[in-house]
This record gives sequence, C-alpha cells and structure tokens, in this order.
Amino acid sequence: MNILHFWRAMWGIIGRELWRFVTQRERFVSALVRPLIWLFVFAAGFRAALGLAITPPYQTYILYEVYITPGLIGMIQLFNGMQSSLSMVYDREMGSMRSLLVSPLPRWFLLMSKLLAGTFVSILQVYVFLAIAWAYKIHAPWQGYFWIVPALILSGLMLGALGLLLSSFIKQLENFAGVMNFVIFPMFFLSTALYPLWKLKESSLLLYGLAKYNPFSQAVELTRFALYGQYNQNALLYTLAAFIVFITAAIIGYNPSKGMMVKKGGG
Amino acid sequence: MNTNAALTVRDVNFSYGTKKALDQVSFEIEAGHCTMLLGPNGAGKSTLFSLITRLYDTPSGRIELCGFDIKKETCKALAVLGIVFQQTTLDLDLSVQQNLRYHAALHGISGKVADARILEELERLGMAERRFEKVRQLNGGHRRRVEIARALLHKPSLLLLDEPTVGLDVPSRTSIVDYVHSLARTGNIAVLWASHLIDEIYPEDRLIVLHKGRIRTTGSVDQVLQATGAPMIRDAFFKLTQGD
Repeated sequence: MNILHFWRAMWGIIGRELWRFVTQRERFVSALVRPLIWLFVFAAGFRAALGLAITPPYQTYILYEVYITPGLIGMIQLFNGMQSSLSMVYDREMGSMRSLLVSPLPRWFLLMSKLLAGTFVSILQVYVFLAIAWAYKIHAPWQGYFWIVPALILSGLMLGALGLLLSSFIKQLENFAGVMNFVIFPMFFLSTALYPLWKLKESSLLLYGLAKYNPFSQAVELTRFALYGQYNQNALLYTLAAFIVFITAAIIGYNPSKGMMVKKGGG
Repeated sequence: MNTNAALTVRDVNFSYGTKKALDQVSFEIEAGHCTMLLGPNGAGKSTLFSLITRLYDTPSGRIELCGFDIKKETCKALAVLGIVFQQTTLDLDLSVQQNLRYHAALHGISGKVADARILEELERLGMAERRFEKVRQLNGGHRRRVEIARALLHKPSLLLLDEPTVGLDVPSRTSIVDYVHSLARTGNIAVLWASHLIDEIYPEDRLIVLHKGRIRTTGSVDQVLQATGAPMIRDAFFKLTQGD
C-alpha cells in the first residue's frame, strides 16, 4: 500500500459522491430550496421585526437578509452533514457500506474520505446558494468569496463528523427522525444563525449560554467573519476542537473492536 | 497450521450478547478448491463472513488470510480478499463501469489498468456490452455477475461468496455456479461459498457443515458421505443438521 493507493481511493470516494449529487436533481434542488425559502420569505418577513446593531464583522447597519446569509450557509452544511449520515445508515442497511469497509485501507481513512466527499458536496451547494443570493443583491466583498473556502471546509468537516458519529449510533433508518428533532432543529435554532448572541442574551441567559457554546454557532461565526475577509480565531479554534472530538468519537464508533458496529448484530 | 492456506480460521467464538453465534470454529481452505460452507439459516455463516472481512471484531481465536492476521494486518489481509455479499452492494444509480471503477480506486488500481481489467472480467462473464448501463436496469442475475466481476477485479487469492444465488432463476444460478467452480479449478484462487442449496455442490468440492454455530464436519464430498454413512449429500446434510 502506498500514497498513490490512498490518493486514488480518496478521489474515488469523492468522485462518487459528487457524481451522485449532480445526477440526483431532486436532492440538488431540495438542498437549495430550504435556505432560499428562509432567505426570500422568512428574512423578508422578519426584516422589520428585528433591529440589528452594528456588530463585527459588519461595519454598518445591515439588512436582516445579509445577517442570516452565513446562518443559511451553515444550514446548508448542517443538513448536508445529516444527509450524509442518513445515507451512511441507508448504505449500511442496504449493504453498500460493507463494500467500502472491506477495502484494504484503514477505517479512519475511509471515514475521513467519506467526510471530505460530503464537505465538497456541501461547498458546491453553498456556492450555488451564494450566486442566487448575489442576484438577490446580497453582496459580500469579493475576497470574501475566496476566504470562506477554508471556513466552509472546516465547518463542513465538523458538521459531517457529527453526522458520522450519529450514524454510528443509529441502528435503523426509521430512527433518523429523532435526529431531526433532537439534533438538527435545536442546533439550528439555538445558534447565531438567525439572531445575534446579544439579542438572545436580552431574552434568556440560559439560551444565550447554550447558543454560545453550540459548535454550530461557532461554525456560522467562522463563516460570517470569513465572508467579510476577517479572521475569528475563537470560532476557528472552537470549530476545530469540535471537529476533533466528533471525528475521534465517530472513528471509535466505527471501529469493529471498540465501537457500536459489533453491538448492532446481524446475520 | 498449514502455511499455504488461503484462509485459516482457528478456535473462533462469537456471541450476540448472551446468544452464542459461533462456537470454537476452526478450518482451513486452500487455493484450487471450491469449499462449500453449508448450513441452514441462522447457522452462523454470515456472522463468520463478517468476522473474516473484519466487519466484526474477532473477540477470541484467530483468522488469517494468506498468512495475514485479520486483526493485526487488516489492510494486507483485505487486499487478498474478494467478496460477494448476500445482499447486493452495488450502487444502483451508477453504471456498471462506474461501480467497478469505484472498487478499483478503493484497491488503488490506476484508471487505465482498471479499465482493462473491468473489460477483461466483464467479457468473461458476458457482461462487457452492458458496462455503460445503470445497475438499476440490470436483472438480479446480471447484478450478481457484476458483483463477481467486481470481487475479482483486484485479482484476489481468496473469494468469499455469501449465498450469491439466492433469489435467482435456474439459468442464472447454473451459470454463476459453473463460473465460480471453473475459477477454483484454475488453481490460483481459493473459494469459500456459503450456501444452503445442496445442488450447488460439485463432486470435487470440499465441504464444511456449520450448524448452530458449530462445525459438524469438514472434508471432501466422499469423506463426508463416508463419515455420515449417507448415500447422498442431501441426506448427510440432514443428518448433520438435525437436533443439537
């Protein structure tokens, strides 16, 4: 086994995911419709109700649509991470996960490649979303469109790793509805995606604390700052730490001698 | 322990909670033979395959593929293994060629070599003309052929088949059984075929009968008939799998 083997396998996995994504039109459209509805309908409705102070990285008063754009980018990546996790559970139930896990490569590498593939798919979705938002007159500095790439990679990996971790625990596809109720919605609503932290603090200190330490908030802030060409070290370190914790737990979860795989039983 | 064995399973135990699925399982298989792993449903065949492929951990005992310990040298051991699972594991939305290329990439085979081998394997199985079709458009028998081609793409020394003919019509079954036996006869590959269908056994096959997680007998067809005193393999199988 050599570096070339790892390289070919990684691109094999990434290429497969990208191909599947671009050929599954329904998935592509539904991944975009969700944040666009929030942008065009929800944000327009709440524009008048929510007053926003000038807070970094913004240097002037902004429209609510501008504020929630990084939050909706986070939403795309959050749902994509969970979608990948759902497909892992599906693949495991249907058996196609087995063909990946019996290939002659370390399991951590296979999982990381799967994660990278999911992240690339989410970045594709984000750029299509940003293009539509740009046409809707939500403009960021042009450098921001480049600066968000590393932020999107890290936040995509972190959210994908969380999905991977959940998929190692979920035994059946039917249990996935629980993930929606207990992971996706609380993570999204208890974050800075839709409202800034200081607004939450005014309403409830408990909610403020939960939102502040929610890794999704940090990923959104990392993207928000990067989109405006600024570096948020706190958000970067927090997102990175969350990624390391989630991926380590996921790799243990998929390890045949330590994780959940053996407890799932089978033929 | 035979150092030339393609697969060595020694004193393997496995339980699901308190339910024992495999109990002190030991056997060896060699290249040039098709070894039929026979057992009724629930005998522990699929569990054994999950242990051989390291999908499950082996809590006690030892499994070696071409001398590589599956627990300690997992990647080397998996590199010599080709497998066809009981359930189809092809991606239905990809073409035959894309599925096989994906498998080749996982085994580190470069694009050109992969394409040549894909064509070679598919031609042998009479599927070359259908390589650009989506797997979803293929019938069960053809999907199985593609899975066999995939399992052979990286030229493994050991081929595992977990009830690959279940649900197929008679012509598809016959052609797959014939093809796999012809592979074993070439002498370069060892085949372990899990089945509960007696008519898939050829006279030259080796047999392993597994029942309730324990090996009931191993040996050639003649040896098993002699040991059980049964006139036919079907009778021997019933004798060995009755009661505890």
